[in-house]
Amino acid sequence: MRTAAATLTGEIAAGERECAVLARGLRKRYGETTALDGFDLAVPYGTVCGLLGPNGAGKSTAVRVLSTLLRPDGGRAEVGGFDVVTQARQVRYRIGLTGQNPAVDDVLTGRGNLEMFGRLYHLGPRAARRRAQELLEQFNLTDVADTPPRRYSGGMRRRLDLAVSFIMAPPVLFLDEPTTGLDPRHRLEVWNGVRDLVAQGTTVLLTTHYLDEVDQLADDISVIDRGRVIARGTPDELKSTLGGDQLDVVLDDPAELGRAAEALAVLAGAPPRVRPEASRLTVPVRERVTALTEALRVLEAAGIAVRDIGIRRPTLDEVFVRLTGHHPESGETDTPADTAVDPAAGAGDEDEREGGR
Amino acid sequence: MTRAHDPHGDLVSGGSGVGVLAPTRPPETPLARLRWAVVDGWTVTRRDLTHWIRSPEEVLGGLTFPVVSVLLFGYVLGSAMVVPGGGDYREFLMPGLFGMTMVFGMVITASAVVTDTSRGVTDRFRSMPMAPSAVVAGRSVADMIRAALDLTALLGCGLLVGWRAHGGVAAFLAAVGLLLLLRFALIWVGIYVGLLLRTPESATTLMTLVLPFAMIANTFVAPELMPSWLGVVAEVNPMSATVAATRELFGNPGLGGGSWLARNALLMAVVWPVALVAVFFPLSVRRFRDMSR
Ligand SMILES: Nc1ncnc2c1ncn2[C@@H]1O[C@H](COP(=O)(O)OP(=O)(O)OP(=O)(O)O)[C@@H](O)[C@H]1O
Ligand SMILES: [Mg+2]
Repeated sequence: MRTAAATLTGEIAAGERECAVLARGLRKRYGETTALDGFDLAVPYGTVCGLLGPNGAGKSTAVRVLSTLLRPDGGRAEVGGFDVVTQARQVRYRIGLTGQNPAVDDVLTGRGNLEMFGRLYHLGPRAARRRAQELLEQFNLTDVADTPPRRYSGGMRRRLDLAVSFIMAPPVLFLDEPTTGLDPRHRLEVWNGVRDLVAQGTTVLLTTHYLDEVDQLADDISVIDRGRVIARGTPDELKSTLGGDQLDVVLDDPAELGRAAEALAVLAGAPPRVRPEASRLTVPVRERVTALTEALRVLEAAGIAVRDIGIRRPTLDEVFVRLTGHHPESGETDTPADTAVDPAAGAGDEDEREGGR
Repeated sequence: MTRAHDPHGDLVSGGSGVGVLAPTRPPETPLARLRWAVVDGWTVTRRDLTHWIRSPEEVLGGLTFPVVSVLLFGYVLGSAMVVPGGGDYREFLMPGLFGMTMVFGMVITASAVVTDTSRGVTDRFRSMPMAPSAVVAGRSVADMIRAALDLTALLGCGLLVGWRAHGGVAAFLAAVGLLLLLRFALIWVGIYVGLLLRTPESATTLMTLVLPFAMIANTFVAPELMPSWLGVVAEVNPMSATVAATRELFGNPGLGGGSWLARNALLMAVVWPVALVAVFFPLSVRRFRDMSR
């Protein structure tokens, strides 16, 4: 894992010009609040960058600066090689944006919205009409195509909003919490839509509170807290910062946890974490297979009855909590029913997330 | 997402063969830029007009007050009203109501602007490759079209109650032009005020501020019949200049007293709107830019 070097000067090095999105030392204050405090980011062309961070970390502010809506107080940013402040017009020809709150016209119909925005992207009338129809189909909005969005459900509005930013295949697409409020099926479809665009060469900057979303989509993750990037890496790199694999043991009798912890201490890389309420014990380990067989042998020798045992990788949720001290899905965002982050992680991880903040 | 067929078909630009609906390029010549500004502005105008077509009750609601005023002031209170220099009160009243309707239009502009900013639509526009001027240009054209329709309806209403334009075609057109000029100036006041507001709901309270502005003028009563200090305020009111000038052009009674402002109503009916634009156009542009602060 690389930790973001805090380049405060705002200089952009020559090699970094290969990046679709580049931010150096961005600062933005709102009165007393510092929303961005030396924010750095580099997203290579054709990749997906996930921006994670607790509520109020500055994710939306960063997206608004990069999409030319907000002028930074300090630092520099380029999108597609153009400065977001001095060449905003050039930048706008190269970006698509889905903001955190749906921004659609409430009075025009869904189709009317897509056609109007299509025209404003300078499609001809017929092309705009055809593209609208395609997007209505793609986003499952044909049933409500001729209804104004003020009569849509929250998820439908969100989908229409996404459809608008998909009208063109922009070189750079900003998605600020694109799937918040969507049901699991539509989230999957949005993910597929993003993958399609990436396959066509679009670079995506995505903010989210759903860690499975970055696990699914992102090539690279930046974790942001209090306006600056505090960690950066691929999902795997970030997970391995928690010390690699974890051994999970669930006992029949919680009273035995203390003894089990003692017995397992020999093979642990660090002190075991004990969760009496779940009758569970988590031990960071180095070698997957040896650790598992060793653990079984040690526990059996001690005469401790094991209900369940397994090795798993740490989840991104754990990484997030460790880095920021925040629970990832706290705050106003909806929590999806199933937040198992790592499909390989094994089931029943609900109680693995620390409630601490 | 079902993508059974090639989603972009012949929309593929540049023949890259990747199936990308590539964004357009920025216009390079000033002429191309102007062309897009016009096309984009018209797209926005059509959208604004669609809003009114979709909610005719709002448009009719906007006309209710002037029409009710015709009945209330023209008939219920009319017999008690005095026109200085004599003349029919309803002939005196109608130009006042024309002017008042133009002034109320300011609220229409402001509430449309604040609705767009608070719903994020303005931000969406700002992030798009459209001509930056199109948002306000489209707004102005739509508002002017609506003002012309409102005015037509009220002129018809006036004809029904016995109001007439006595001054000939040129004078008639000049009067209509002055009314629309006032409305045009107030678009910029409306845009500025709309950008200051935070919620669409606050736009409705604007009406209570605009109402006295429309009343403390020569709309219903000649200023020389008011207490002297109020009469001065009423005469200085930009709306009074337009109303007095249209009375003159329509050949309606109640031309103001001997004050300089009253004698130069035609001049002032041009000076005031130009002054309003000169002040509020730059203010609006600056406020619009400050959205990115
Ligand atoms: N328009 C504004 N005026 C004042 N303060 C603001 C404004 N917008 C954002 N802030 C402040 O800036 C900080 C960063 O906000 P931002 O919206 O970027 O956070 P975020 O990471 O997107 O959070 P969330 O996960 O809740 O969307 C917050 O402290 C917020 O209160
Ligand atoms: Mg946000």
